[in-house]
Amino acid sequence: MTELVIAGAIGVLAGSGVWLLLRPRTFQVAIGIAMLSYAVNLFIFAMGRLRIGAAPIIAPGKVADAAAFADPLPQALVLTAIVIGFATTALLLVVLLAARGFSGTDHVDGREPEQ
Amino acid sequence: MTFAENLVILPIVLPLVAGAITLVLDEGRMALKAAISVGAALLLVATAVVLVRLAGESFATVYRLGGWPAPFGIVLVVDRVAAILILLTAVLGVAALVFSLARWQRAGPRFHSLVQFLLMGVNGAFLTGDLFNLFVFFEVLLAASYGLALHGSGGVRVGASLHYIVVNLAASLLFLIGASLIYGATGTLNMADLALRWHVAAAPDRALFEAGAAILGVAFLVKAGMWPLCFWLPGAYSAASAPAAALFAVLTKVGVYAVLRTGLLFAGSAEAAPSTGTPWLAYGGMATIAFGALGVLASQDMGRLASYSVLVSSGTLLAAIAIGSTPLTGAALYYLVVSTLALSALFLLVELVERGRGPGADLLAVTAEAFGAGEGEGEEVEVGTAIPAATALLGLSFAACAIMLAGLPPLAGFVGKFAMLNALLETDPVPAASWMLLALLIGSGMATIIAMARAGVRRFWASSDGRVPRVRAIELAPIVLLLGLCVTLTVGAGRLIGYLDEGARALHAPGGYVDRVLAR
Repeated sequence: MTELVIAGAIGVLAGSGVWLLLRPRTFQVAIGIAMLSYAVNLFIFAMGRLRIGAAPIIAPGKVADAAAFADPLPQALVLTAIVIGFATTALLLVVLLAARGFSGTDHVDGREPEQ
Repeated sequence: MTFAENLVILPIVLPLVAGAITLVLDEGRMALKAAISVGAALLLVATAVVLVRLAGESFATVYRLGGWPAPFGIVLVVDRVAAILILLTAVLGVAALVFSLARWQRAGPRFHSLVQFLLMGVNGAFLTGDLFNLFVFFEVLLAASYGLALHGSGGVRVGASLHYIVVNLAASLLFLIGASLIYGATGTLNMADLALRWHVAAAPDRALFEAGAAILGVAFLVKAGMWPLCFWLPGAYSAASAPAAALFAVLTKVGVYAVLRTGLLFAGSAEAAPSTGTPWLAYGGMATIAFGALGVLASQDMGRLASYSVLVSSGTLLAAIAIGSTPLTGAALYYLVVSTLALSALFLLVELVERGRGPGADLLAVTAEAFGAGEGEGEEVEVGTAIPAATALLGLSFAACAIMLAGLPPLAGFVGKFAMLNALLETDPVPAASWMLLALLIGSGMATIIAMARAGVRRFWASSDGRVPRVRAIELAPIVLLLGLCVTLTVGAGRLIGYLDEGARALHAPGGYVDRVLAR
């Protein structure tokens, strides 16, 4: 059941992200990128297999059965991905505002399409 | 570990430190910043030379960060190909930084830090031995390149950068999906470990791995600029400021390198003869050459011409890698080095040549705009020696770039293309794809020489409006350096091709790499 919910969430986020990414307004594109990166972050997390009630850290001094623990590596990866994604999205927002300032429109091409 | 083996980490640490120091220094202390930045780049060149020698002596040197054994810790690996590419990057870094001393370093904030971080990212991508660090270094170089693409500001530049950033962010997400699929399927991200594990994986995992590798490949090809994933490139590169564009010339090569390295590593450990050998890549590369050549012919201004030449070079490399016999890879790597040098020189040159034209001429509006902003602050005072006979020198350099990029004798571009054609015709019978690539290589050279001759005639021979570009020695020096290197590499082609052939052989037989990294 958990798998289904997570897969559905990733699918919905990625689908909406792609749709927004293809929209003509820069703000929609920025939100699209943000949603896509949420989807990807969840996806990375899910790639470590979904475990309920399993810690990723083995207590020091104990030899433990690895099968009883969650995989810590995807969790470390997803942290890195979140940080990088956050920083680049912030940069994108700044560029988006600058482009709006220079061109006077929020269309991605910097000009309104011909009617 | 010997002293030289410890230097493997230096191409990452050195720009990181230099970038950090220049970041905290106040913008007012530009001379100090420039000294630190250029000094670090020169040290980087020296380090790269040591690494090239080191890689020439031993097969592949593995640097284990923190001393952790390979599949668990992070490794950096320097072999011949990586060492040569780091040297190339360092040389481009010096050229771009010296060029920027004349005026570009003042066109926007934090120029030197951005360049240093870009160098760090590129070097890291060449050195790293695992997929996730490859992602991290890609992000470092991309983040720096976003800043550099915006350097100098102006409407055109910001508009082009917006497209550049969005496309590359989307590609980075694909990279993450690919890397995590591969981890999910095999449980490792170390490239050497992956090469061993993936084809002993069970069937469903293997399918997942292949899907992950394909998605990863798409991410690399976006960076490499393969048609039809390349439409962001001409706009972003031609709008970027000259020193930034000169550095960007190597960014597509990072994508090509990633395809070459991971492709051969994953494919090569299988029982069949190693090659990236997918027809898709070969045809995609050829389509890129054709698209680039058409773009070169259609370009009205020189910045776009240079940008489309990047695509031609990139497509040539991708197609050559995909057809992928060992001597062809060696020749392609030689072509990579010399074409990148020539492209970089061309990007620098374009700005100087176009400077002579009045404001308002197509793209140059952008450049003029950037300079106009500086003028009010009195930063445009011409100091230093202006060069006499600037037009003649610029014309000569332009002709050298044209000959290099079109692959005409006597310069190194010809040697590179000839070596590739020679390698293409070595197999018997020659496959159809090789004939196509052969025709495209010659055809794209033809297109390049027509377009460059047209641009050159229009710029240098047509009656000008009396404006001669004011060029300073410090701006011409990097161009002369890059073109001088091209001439040196023409003379020393035998040695470099021999070195890279050896490197290509190592890439095509990845068993040695895997053994070294995993210390088996």
